[in-house]
Amino acid sequence: MLVLTRKKNQKIMIGDDIEITIVDIRSEQIKLGINAPNHIKVFRKEVYDAIQEENKAAASSPEDIKGLSDLFKG
Amino acid sequence: MNINTSRFGELEVPAEDIITFPLGILGFDKTSRYVILNDPATEPLRWLQSVDNKDLAFVIIDPLRFRSEYTLDLSDEDVLDLKLSAPEEAILYAIVVIPKDNPEKMTANLQGPIVINANLMRAKQVISTNSSHKLKHFILEEMKAMLATTQKRLGKLGVKLNRRESTTKSTDEEAR
Repeated sequence: MLVLTRKKNQKIMIGDDIEITIVDIRSEQIKLGINAPNHIKVFRKEVYDAIQEENKAAASSPEDIKGLSDLFKG
Repeated sequence: MNINTSRFGELEVPAEDIITFPLGILGFDKTSRYVILNDPATEPLRWLQSVDNKDLAFVIIDPLRFRSEYTLDLSDEDVLDLKLSAPEEAILYAIVVIPKDNPEKMTANLQGPIVINANLMRAKQVISTNSSHKLKHFILEEMKAMLATTQKRLGKLGVKLNRRESTTKSTDEEAR
């Protein structure tokens, strides 16, 4: 992994069109500003991780769901 | 083609029914081919069964069954990945988690829905940027709330739901 040291208000570029700015630094938190083209989706990593975990939980659903149809008729 | 499944035994599936997820499903990146099993006995729940891994299957649901206003904004990247040329080509599903000891508390994931290009049978699990789309939506509770709202609206219009049901029945009989 590439590790860069930056100060407040300094920036890094990823490719030609993704610009990341260090907006603010506090002891336990930093604020990042991200400028990227529309087709680049930016997410907190937790979102990906949470969806992965949810998928894994879904993959161990009950083997038989036939009885559940009735729940929708109420 | 024949596919081998642990839940349903061996199934014969027409090749054109096979859906390809080029990027896989998050957490299952290496499995790309699936088929949707429509069984009236499980409706509105359906199975998304892996073609290549007999043990892997997800329960899915059409989000409109419990949320009448569910719409999804796709990013340019999603549209490209899905090779979508018109919104009408897209079919939406949400993956369902069913707690084994308490199936009434089943939840649907609207934050990471599945979009299928029905023409190309190409699919992707996308990530919704709409903050009202959560990881866990309690399907049965939201469905009840949705039906209550519909009933209220119909009530205002002077329509009774039981009358509508009997109309549907007679139409069915005519169709027979």
